[in-house]
Amino acid sequence: MASAPDQRQLQLIKSALFLLCLLPLGRLLWAAYTNDFGANPVEFVQRWTGTWTFNLLLLTLCVTPLRVLTKLHWLLRLRRMLGLFCFFYATLHFLSFIGFDHDFVVSDIARDVLKRPFVTVGFAAFVLLIPLAATSNQWAIRKLGGRKWQELHRTIYLISLLAAVHYFWLVKVTALLWPLAYSAALALLLGWRVREWRRKAIPVPQFPTAKPLKFFKQKPE
Amino acid sequence: EKLGKTRPGPFSSDEKPTSFESMTSYGNFYEFGPDKDSPAKNAHRLRTRPWTLTIDGEVKQARTFAIEDILNWAPLEERTYRLRCVEGWSAVVPWIGFPFAELLKRVDITGNAKFVEFWSLADREQMPYIRLPLLDWPYVEGLRLDEAMHPLTLFAVGMYGEVMPKQNGAPIRLIVPWKYGFKGAKSIVRIRFVEKQPQTAWIKAAPDEYGFYSNVNPDVPHKRWSQSQERRLGEFFKRKTLPFNGYGEQVANLYSGMDLRKHF
Repeated sequence: MASAPDQRQLQLIKSALFLLCLLPLGRLLWAAYTNDFGANPVEFVQRWTGTWTFNLLLLTLCVTPLRVLTKLHWLLRLRRMLGLFCFFYATLHFLSFIGFDHDFVVSDIARDVLKRPFVTVGFAAFVLLIPLAATSNQWAIRKLGGRKWQELHRTIYLISLLAAVHYFWLVKVTALLWPLAYSAALALLLGWRVREWRRKAIPVPQFPTAKPLKFFKQKPE
Repeated sequence: EKLGKTRPGPFSSDEKPTSFESMTSYGNFYEFGPDKDSPAKNAHRLRTRPWTLTIDGEVKQARTFAIEDILNWAPLEERTYRLRCVEGWSAVVPWIGFPFAELLKRVDITGNAKFVEFWSLADREQMPYIRLPLLDWPYVEGLRLDEAMHPLTLFAVGMYGEVMPKQNGAPIRLIVPWKYGFKGAKSIVRIRFVEKQPQTAWIKAAPDEYGFYSNVNPDVPHKRWSQSQERRLGEFFKRKTLPFNGYGEQVANLYSGMDLRKHF
């Protein structure tokens, strides 16, 4: 079994991961600074933040399988940060949508959310992320209790499915390659969990030939 | 590469043209890849000489023209048109070319010719993405004969005073400014006059999303997004989309009596 990093090493790993997760934001700021967004800057920002939301969602979902497969249990300590960065990029994505597409006009946003299915689904996914981000601290875990907290955070599976549908619906038939790739990755991560749940479920013994016991039909000898 | 002498043509918009840089680095040309920047990356593989254009179908005699001859059919005009993509972005482009109707002076169509098909080149040597089934190749677009003959419909061979860049559909393409951009076939090698409404590449790909007419219409949403607004390249906020992309005065009469929600 691999040895776990000590407190100081873990702090270092976390700091490094934090900086790594900021790189996509850095790329955006750099593009803004050098005016290197291409012909359609808004589209660039919306795609970039959307893609990184999905990337971080997948990375967050990677933690448990990686932990089980490698037995590096300290990996779990990195999950909260990945999840929160997912929420961070989702928020930027959402802001770019309500800001650039709708000038922050609430009635416009509402109409779009209701009328365009891919916006509806994306919006739902974002709203569902909010309680997860809000309860991503020790206090909330204690307050809710571990089991309840875990149940709440299983919403991430639904969110990930919504994200995949959102991605599929917004592209044209000619551009299905990336949504397909992301969905395949997601299917792998969710499929692994389904297998684990089945494996861990307590087996109910079944004897097809067994008959119900009949007590006291016969006088015991 | 600069084009020879051109003269200002009619119907030009006085709006500020989108930058040449934007128009050559951003766009759709699926034969060269599915992303907006793929045409700029891959279109250098296109060979525009020698190039011929074959006219057949409902014509008295099929003919093939060399591009060098076509360039001399009529004086080249510069026309600055609005361009509206079905995806929701738009631009203003100074195209160079001549009315498509010039072609009709060179071929005799039969009485059966009701529609025109435009066939783009589909050569897997030059166009790497022809190998992928993104669309049913070759790219075919179509117009009703009267739409094709309309004086706004342009056979374009250049833009911004330059020979048409390869990523924009060199050496010859169609511009139909009151329709969504995909109606303007690029790198055309064949024009076929037909009796029945053509099955275009996009209709085959998604018949419920892309209609044959595809006139720019803010009141008819695409199946998955609204068409009431557009984002002009180079601008941050959206602007209102105009019916027929602002060319209603010229073309609305082509559709009198038609239900444009049904014939979207």
